[in-house]
Amino acid sequence: MTDKRERDQHSGTETTGHEWDGVRELDTPLPRWWLYIFYATIVAAAVYWVLMPAWPLPNGYTKGVLNWSDRANVSADVSALRAARGPMFERLAEASAAQIAADPDLQQFARAAGEAVFGDYCRTCHGAGGAGAPGYPVLADDVWIWGGTLADIEHTLRVGIRSEHPETRLSMMPAYGRDGLLSGRQIADVTDYVITLSAARDRLQPNAAAAARGGVLYQEQCSACHGSAGTGDRAVGAPSLTDDLWLYGGSRAEIARQVELGRGGVMPSWENRFDPGTLRALAYYVHEMGGGEPDAPVVASLPPTP
Amino acid sequence: MWSFHKWFERHSLILLVGILVVVSIGGLVQITPLFFIESTIERVEGVRPYTPLELAGRQIYIREGCYTCHSQMVRPLRDEVERYGHYSLAAESMYDHPFQWGSKRTGPDLARVGGRYSDEWHRAHLENPRSVVPESVMPPYAFLARAELDTANLGAHVRVNRLLRVPYDDAQQASAATDARAQAEPLGEDAYEFEQRYPGAAARDFDGDPARVTEMDALIAYLQMLGAGIDFETYQAEAPENRR
Repeated sequence: MTDKRERDQHSGTETTGHEWDGVRELDTPLPRWWLYIFYATIVAAAVYWVLMPAWPLPNGYTKGVLNWSDRANVSADVSALRAARGPMFERLAEASAAQIAADPDLQQFARAAGEAVFGDYCRTCHGAGGAGAPGYPVLADDVWIWGGTLADIEHTLRVGIRSEHPETRLSMMPAYGRDGLLSGRQIADVTDYVITLSAARDRLQPNAAAAARGGVLYQEQCSACHGSAGTGDRAVGAPSLTDDLWLYGGSRAEIARQVELGRGGVMPSWENRFDPGTLRALAYYVHEMGGGEPDAPVVASLPPTP
Repeated sequence: MWSFHKWFERHSLILLVGILVVVSIGGLVQITPLFFIESTIERVEGVRPYTPLELAGRQIYIREGCYTCHSQMVRPLRDEVERYGHYSLAAESMYDHPFQWGSKRTGPDLARVGGRYSDEWHRAHLENPRSVVPESVMPPYAFLARAELDTANLGAHVRVNRLLRVPYDDAQQASAATDARAQAEPLGEDAYEFEQRYPGAAARDFDGDPARVTEMDALIAYLQMLGAGIDFETYQAEAPENRR
């Protein structure tokens, strides 16, 4: 300012020249350390412009000397991770359950990889440790709806159940009550017969007369999928009715309700989310939870002639 | 120099104009090019405008404040890509008004939640989150299944989105309400026309209550399409022109 700079006699500091009702303002300089840091940040910004992507241009932006790219960086990170895990996943993708079990390193790797993916994607429905929930099958037991060998489990993971995958595993139990295929009386009879077939017969005490009537209906309506003895059919995803494990609850009312509504859950297809090694690891992890079945023995193409 | 500064300081209107000029330089330099730089306005195959039902679900998502706990952007970091899937692309938010990126994650990121769980799971989870995720702190939203979806104002929502340059056509605007119903009633009489207007959108009874179209239908329809549009088998994120 062109105003004459006055010096305050008391502090020895210059004043700004502003004056309000006789009160003047000291022009105390900023602390040196603050000023130098301020200058340093300006210099740092200029350095940043040179090194990093900074200035927008009409047709793009300055890329900077370092050519920094978050997308390139994450691609490199993910590729490094794949490279580190790749050989194990490749071995895993080729291995059978028995081969994985025979190789401690591979087994440990499959367990760790499977557990991580299960925790992120599967646990929300099937529960921690595969404990299941109503409508979401228990994975820790040895009862399988669509088959319990490593190959069966992996196939289920790939295509899903009632999913949008073109080859999805698909079974549709009719809603006998809701759609009026059976009357309430008939559903009660079939329920008694199903209980008679199952291991729940001691627990639930079915009515013998009702079960006899229900048996006729069962053979007409249910046996095509669940089998005449209620043993189920994995080829069509019909659960066995001979055990005491029930997807939608094992009380009398819950069994009757399932006959009434014919509910079926949806499992997404995971084929496009995971690579083959990860799918094998996940299948192995589920296979190992409790009830994985051994791979089907390879049948010789020509049976020995007697 | 100092006298010039004094002139500024002593005339409030001139100071105000000066501030506006300086601030708008910052805005113009930083923001305007983003509307023209190829990498920020890329188009990616598979990204489509929301159907009216999904749009309604999105409004419910915003109304219930889901964004206060859930982000919708997978950051380009290894851990995020490992957990959620491919990092989010700018194009995936091109029809979002407003976007739901967020930076607060009490719950998980939802940018790629579409297709990850079944409709039934979403239903059980929204009705009582603890029934499927015991450690969850999410509040229950059971009332959504009881609330009939208000489709009357959907045409207006579509119109506002058109004003914001989302490419809906006149037919889509006029039939927004029937399209919303058609998507939740796949066997209804408008199903064919819905499919013609929104090819590739999943139409089914999302809330397990075929008799009514509820807010639950809308929200699940919205969640099930999040992040599921782009086929990352064919999108070349690693290609040099897509690296940034």
